[in-house]
Amino acid sequence: MKKHSLLLLAALMIISVLSACGSSNASQGSGDNTKKSIKLLNVSYDPTRELYEHYNAAFAKYWKKKTNQNVTIQQSHGGSGKQARSVIDGLKADVVTLALSGDIDAIADSTDNLNKNWQKRLPDNSTPYTSTIVFLVRKGNPKHIKDWDDLTRKGVSIVTPNPKTSGGARWNYLAAWAYADKKYNNDQAKSKAFVKKLYSNVKVLDSGARGATTTFTERGVGDVLIAWENEAFLSIDELGKDKFDIVTPSLSILAEPPVAVVDKNAKSNGTTKVATEYLKYLYSDEAQNIIAKNYYRPRNQKILAKYSDQFPKLNLVTVEDHFGGWTKAQKTHFADGGTFDQIYSK
Amino acid sequence: MSRIQHSKKKQSIPGFGLTMGLSTLYLSLLVLIPLSLVFIYSARLGWTAFWNDVTDPRVVASYKLSFLTAFSAALVNLVFGLLFAWVLSRYTFPLKRIVDGLVDLPFALPTAVAGITLTTLYSEKGWIGKWLPFDVSFTPIGITLALIFVGLPFVVRMVQPVLQNFEHEVEEASASLGATPFQTFRRVIFPQLLPAALSGFSLAFARSLGEYGSVVFIAGNMPFKTEIAPLMIMTKLEQFDYPAATAIAVVMLVISFALILLINLIQWWSRIRYASH
Amino acid sequence: MESTVQPNLPGQAFTARHSLKGDIVRWSLITIVLLFFFSFLIIPLVSIFFEAFRQGVRVYLSSIVEADALSAIRLTLFVTLIVVPINAVFGILFAWVITKYSFRGKNFLITLIDLPFSVSPVIGGLIFILLFGQHSSLGQWLISHNINIVFNVPGIVLATLFVTFPFISRELIPLMQSQGTVSEEASIMLGASAWQTFIHVTLPNIKWALFYGIILCNARSIGEFGAVSVVSGHIRGMTNTMPLQIENLYNEYQFVAAFAIASIMSLLAILTMVIKVILENFIKKQTL
Repeated sequence: MKKHSLLLLAALMIISVLSACGSSNASQGSGDNTKKSIKLLNVSYDPTRELYEHYNAAFAKYWKKKTNQNVTIQQSHGGSGKQARSVIDGLKADVVTLALSGDIDAIADSTDNLNKNWQKRLPDNSTPYTSTIVFLVRKGNPKHIKDWDDLTRKGVSIVTPNPKTSGGARWNYLAAWAYADKKYNNDQAKSKAFVKKLYSNVKVLDSGARGATTTFTERGVGDVLIAWENEAFLSIDELGKDKFDIVTPSLSILAEPPVAVVDKNAKSNGTTKVATEYLKYLYSDEAQNIIAKNYYRPRNQKILAKYSDQFPKLNLVTVEDHFGGWTKAQKTHFADGGTFDQIYSK
Repeated sequence: MSRIQHSKKKQSIPGFGLTMGLSTLYLSLLVLIPLSLVFIYSARLGWTAFWNDVTDPRVVASYKLSFLTAFSAALVNLVFGLLFAWVLSRYTFPLKRIVDGLVDLPFALPTAVAGITLTTLYSEKGWIGKWLPFDVSFTPIGITLALIFVGLPFVVRMVQPVLQNFEHEVEEASASLGATPFQTFRRVIFPQLLPAALSGFSLAFARSLGEYGSVVFIAGNMPFKTEIAPLMIMTKLEQFDYPAATAIAVVMLVISFALILLINLIQWWSRIRYASH
Repeated sequence: MESTVQPNLPGQAFTARHSLKGDIVRWSLITIVLLFFFSFLIIPLVSIFFEAFRQGVRVYLSSIVEADALSAIRLTLFVTLIVVPINAVFGILFAWVITKYSFRGKNFLITLIDLPFSVSPVIGGLIFILLFGQHSSLGQWLISHNINIVFNVPGIVLATLFVTFPFISRELIPLMQSQGTVSEEASIMLGASAWQTFIHVTLPNIKWALFYGIILCNARSIGEFGAVSVVSGHIRGMTNTMPLQIENLYNEYQFVAAFAIASIMSLLAILTMVIKVILENFIKKQTL
């Protein structure tokens, strides 16, 4: 009796293992463009879920009309750096839509899956939408936070994600730095002191952007959350209009989350054509409207103007102009021993 | 009375070769070969870079925090785990079945859920947090709390089967010979429980050392204050720095391996000591 | 030697003898345990269900029958179904080798078995990426032949196997050590084979510990988050297990849906408890 049950167990085990192997072969998306339906894997970062949910539906419709082919877009979301790492390690993404070009550069640098000049292939540095860094404060702004200076005041407690673990948070850090640079006429020592003072007010450094938002909104920690504009709008939408206000600082950074087709993966999946079109269509009027509705700033100036009461005008610096590009900014500020480590060293 | 036979003669039960071979094969395939990669990758750094990476003050602070919180949590779990196992296997009381079943809950809940739930409960506005005079969330206390939650089932489930299988004629004999319950516990029950309790402790400790999912939510992740060692590994990975990440992993691995080996040796030694009595 | 002790019975005679003092000790111990139990386990559990039902039963149900949630539940159960039997068989094997034979380096072997516990789940996942990902030549060969181990179901199975590897043997070893090898030696002397000895002598003695081990292994493989998160690739509807789906939903501000799935996982734990009680009663009936 017992012998039998053990044999059964063994048999079950073998069957399970075999079926697991089977499933690994079945999930290959190798097809060509003449197939009736096609799959696309978009590996993206955290705060784009809502955007791509809407955009994917619109694109599928457009593609069906154009080619009579059904396209299903699979989404993978996570921290930007982690997602880039997965693609480097072998996740077969057809397209990547990440938080900063540094992460896509890393894919191009450490694999031969992606052409190094990927950022020149689409308009506007391959960033079909932008955002900026703003402050989310408690309703009525009880601490009177108007600009970056107020964040260095005593008694103001800040929530922002850790730039070491969150790609998105690097924009927050650089925005503060850019403001300090302007204030102190590019005196780097003074800028560093300013940023250090600001970060000494940080109460929680969450590992991801969404985690920081939840800490601020749901746990009630802190007086101000430094966040992406789209994230701030979304959290007000989702978590209560009567609880928070958005404060736009006098100067901020132009956050440019880029997109790219991962050439080699798309080629081996037979999706190059649809993947390329998928990203191109992000620049269409329809897509730019979807983008604006999901609180990202559209690149198309006409459509941006249409949503002008949603997106106030402010001084924006770019990483390219002000910090000499992502590779340099990464090295100066976020690599080991960079300024972020320095302001936290004892 | 079953006692350990420390026989120095040849194996008295056949099948040693086959079972040992199969065990080592599985162990190598699943654990040793994959883990060896951690060493290979960190070796790419070269000795100086390796040493610089693993002795960075911030990294050292994170080891300290991780070991301290993991150790306190395992200690609390040892005490309460023994209590749980004792009460569950010796007494009848209302709700016993429920308590018994739900002890495993911390395993079944994904660590992230545990982290989120505990952070919610213990934050300034949480159900429990608002009654406490001190901060729990985003402090080392919060980290310890999450680790206690994560490691609780280990000691309980380790000790419980031993207690249940324990011939209680021995206890009765001891009691009828005039021993107080405390004496019975100390002299008769405790020695038998010790190996299981220590394994439970070492498992809870080891598990807590590496725990990431539940802790990142409640820790606050402030450098030098509430940054745990696994977070430092994540930090290195985010910079695509695999060698540095694996270097920190190697250090943690070696230290915890040494600690567990030590505990296993103590266990082995205590068994021999008590067995010879 | 045969000791199928019912969990409830022992100790009653013992405490009856020291009635008053025993009662005080007994009830204070029980009170402490119950207090700890409520503050550490029940309140978090209640708060999960509280969050899950915050917007009513209908929202709760609709977030469970959602397609991605269902596929996550299916994947998790599938992975568990593979992992638990494999680790059960090898767990028994390890415990047997360690407790029934004497050889050099035993403590070293035990410590090696514990190793997956002390490895951070992050590293537990990373090692399989290093092995089967694009970094290694093995990984490159596999990927070029369209065999995807990581960012696919086999990778999730491997990571879960790794993380839950020590549970069952660690549960069995202390018990089998305290039982010794006397009965097995007697059985062998009487002419039984090693296999027969295992089935008829050892297995009945360890069934409770084995059972606890399986429960733990099962629970852990359902709940594993860190290691799986590294190897999964987070593709919705394909490689998202329940814990990853919870994380995803939580990050989408869908707190109710996230906690709804968390409540399903808690229900799975409670279900295990019910199965355990039924089995206990069944065994009790058989032995009486």
